[in-house]
Amino acid sequence: MATFIVRRLIAAALILLAATFLMYNMVAYSGDPLEDLRGVQTPQTAQLIEARIRLLHLDVPPPLRYFIWLSGIGGCFVGQCDFGMTIQQQPVLAVLLNSMDQTLRLVTIATVLAIILGIVIGITTALRQYSTYDYGVTFISFLFFSLPIFWFAVLLKQFLAIGANDWFQTGARIEWWVIALVAVVSGLFWSSVLPGDRRRKAVTFALGFLAGGLVLWYMSVSGWFLNPRFIVFGLDFSMLTIAVLMGAMALVVTAILAGFRHKRSMWIALGVAAVGAALYYPVNYYLFNPQVVPMTFWLLAILGVVTVLVGVGAGWVFGGENKSTNMKVGGWTAFLVGAILVVDRHMQLWQAYSQTGFVRGRPIATIGASNPGFSDSSFFVQSVDAFTHMLLPSIALMVISFAGYTRYTRASLLEVLNQDYIRTARAKGLTERTVIVRHAFRNALIPITTIVAFDIAGIIGGAVITERVFGWTGMGSMFQNGLDRVDPNPVMAFFLVTGALALLFNLLADIAYAALDPRIRVS
Amino acid sequence: MTTNIPQTNEPQITDAEANLELKEIEGLSQGQIVRKRFFRHWGAVVSMIVLAGIVVLAFTSVGISAGPVRIAGWWPYDWTENPRPVNGGVPSWQHPFGQDSIGKDLFALVMRGTQQSLMIMAMVGIIGATIGIVIGALSGFFRGFVDAALMRFTDVIITIPFIVIGAVIGSTFGKLGAFILALVLGLFSWTGLARLVRGEFLTLREREFVDAARVAGASNGRIIFKHILPNAMGVIIVNTTLLMAGAILAETGLSFLGYGVQAPDTSLGLIIAQNQEAFQTRPWLFWWPGLFIITIALCINFIGDGLRDAFDPRQKRMPSARAMQRADAENAIAADAAALRGSDGADAASETADDQVPTLPQASGPDALPPRSEDAPGDADGRR
Repeated sequence: MATFIVRRLIAAALILLAATFLMYNMVAYSGDPLEDLRGVQTPQTAQLIEARIRLLHLDVPPPLRYFIWLSGIGGCFVGQCDFGMTIQQQPVLAVLLNSMDQTLRLVTIATVLAIILGIVIGITTALRQYSTYDYGVTFISFLFFSLPIFWFAVLLKQFLAIGANDWFQTGARIEWWVIALVAVVSGLFWSSVLPGDRRRKAVTFALGFLAGGLVLWYMSVSGWFLNPRFIVFGLDFSMLTIAVLMGAMALVVTAILAGFRHKRSMWIALGVAAVGAALYYPVNYYLFNPQVVPMTFWLLAILGVVTVLVGVGAGWVFGGENKSTNMKVGGWTAFLVGAILVVDRHMQLWQAYSQTGFVRGRPIATIGASNPGFSDSSFFVQSVDAFTHMLLPSIALMVISFAGYTRYTRASLLEVLNQDYIRTARAKGLTERTVIVRHAFRNALIPITTIVAFDIAGIIGGAVITERVFGWTGMGSMFQNGLDRVDPNPVMAFFLVTGALALLFNLLADIAYAALDPRIRVS
Repeated sequence: MTTNIPQTNEPQITDAEANLELKEIEGLSQGQIVRKRFFRHWGAVVSMIVLAGIVVLAFTSVGISAGPVRIAGWWPYDWTENPRPVNGGVPSWQHPFGQDSIGKDLFALVMRGTQQSLMIMAMVGIIGATIGIVIGALSGFFRGFVDAALMRFTDVIITIPFIVIGAVIGSTFGKLGAFILALVLGLFSWTGLARLVRGEFLTLREREFVDAARVAGASNGRIIFKHILPNAMGVIIVNTTLLMAGAILAETGLSFLGYGVQAPDTSLGLIIAQNQEAFQTRPWLFWWPGLFIITIALCINFIGDGLRDAFDPRQKRMPSARAMQRADAENAIAADAAALRGSDGADAASETADDQVPTLPQASGPDALPPRSEDAPGDADGRR
């Protein structure tokens, strides 16, 4: 294994060397870097040209100039990275770090959500193969596959940003026919996803219809979209709603991971949820209060890890005979409960945020990564601001990439479900939950893992068009600015990061594949 | 029931279905089977008709203009001329798609853009497939040093994301016209296909029919072209359509960014890029080119799906309930007839067929299909 990894790493380094050489020359020969200076005839022109030639070593032909660039990169190994200068005389390294920060923010959440959503929908379509739901999702994913992202992004800007902001300003009421439509869709969705005979399906449809319609109607009447709290007769019932939501999460986690027959797992999950609900006020008054704890992203991440560990610990302590399952149940419940607390903290700020002077009741932004007016605000206000800026590009990216995951998951799970060992598992009387979750889903995940690994490598460089449409200054815009000005240094910085990540994750995908599927041996 | 288990390799549950399948493909050649399965996929058939309609419309309406060749079309306007704006460019009988801010007829523009997008798509498909097949076949068939060298070369190209290499190519060659752009894009789009073809070749070259051909004295060229390539054709065709669907989106994206087709010529992505600010005032400038991109890409994707179903029946369509019942009844009749003749185990066969029908949706595995098993062609190899 070790020799395999070392050999692959050496091969990757050589490949990267060749690819960067190719790329450098292609960019350098794509135009004239002095074009903008040659156009104007002023007394300083000759001087400026001279200065730029010296700055960027333009007197050296590109194939040799590549080695100047390479020696700067090679300095990274002795702690002195030199990515060169851009044509505007900024150090590329600073631009690169700033761009990476923006791109990671933009793309990470979109990719994670697309993966989760794609896998969940893929599983449900595979389990309900050839149902109306399956055909509907298939058609929609083909449509999403075929969407040009720039076109879709402009549509989003028009309808979801401008339209939604107008809607926020006129009271955020939902038309009755929208409520009816959503209710029907919700009824159809649940009745086609949940199992049962015709009568039970009719009941599911009615319940889904009522639930969807009532929730939306309540949201519309109470102005939930302007102030996402649950206020009835002037009393804030949000805490109660959150407690119920946490309990529901606990039950869902139990249903998927353990099944309700295992009462112990259910009580552990509910216990974790109860602790989360009990901590609601302490967390909001102390931990999430910027005057008490100066929250940062990393602190929040550490708290998240601690929360999950507490859940896992609860599963371990009270796990009984079934420790490993109960640890999983506890961990996942704790994660979801913590996530609900964090989301709720942001929702508390929504109304105040959208009525500040910088926003003036039009919260959803179409351009840029953040509103500079909030640079001194607390962490949570800044994340609400980040959310309003990320909403549109994230939806665009998600829609484009989620279609692929749905199809892969569906195909992969169907192939597994046709295997003989699934028939054996059913024949020996295992519950359907065990067959799907333990036997089928785990094996179906193996090919998906590799695709996910490739995509994670692609995310950092894969949003060139989206960044352009939404005016983010991330990796994509660094690449484009460099290319437009025939400036290889920023382009190469972009490419070095994306190429190295692609090769690294390619290797990781192979290792993961070998680790997950014992039939494949790396050599 | 216990009597006939050891004798059969096929799982009994596929009896009714296998019967149905067998009857469907009885006496047909491989090509006929594939064609039949393809035409059963109505999404793919409709897509093919729509795509053909778009091709005819695009190339006859504004005529063909490639280099020195000029053939006029039946549409009165050209994409280069700007007639007087009628009614502020709102779509009318005279200009069904509307006009842009300087009066250019949008129908002519969109048709020209469609032509360019289709041309680039076809070129990328043909060039990419050709190079991919050659490189994949050589490295999969000869293995060893050839394989190592070609695959490392493929790795170098595949490391560069297509949109990045497209942008670099576009900023260099975009000025030279759409044809050159398509040519160069094609030169960099073969990598995925080459890996897949190599994987196919690695598995197929170990099969008995290749040994038989070699024993019979066939040359390497003959084995590659006459014996292995026809068997790898399914993977090649399906992935070429996917490559083409990707190419049309990549081309429009590049043109949108300004690295693709350049004015005064036009492309669907370029029309959208030029008019995205005008969405509030002239939304038709934005809707039409977008709808054409989506329609073309959607059609190609559906055709690809139909081809996949036709070549690779692993995720095949379930026969309708009625067809299953009919096949089942025929099974039962055959079993009854056999029982009358006094053969034992026949009613067991009909029994199994009966009680297994409800579980059939999950039981349509590749083993139900007698011809040419295409199971997991070198998946692991193809990835490396």
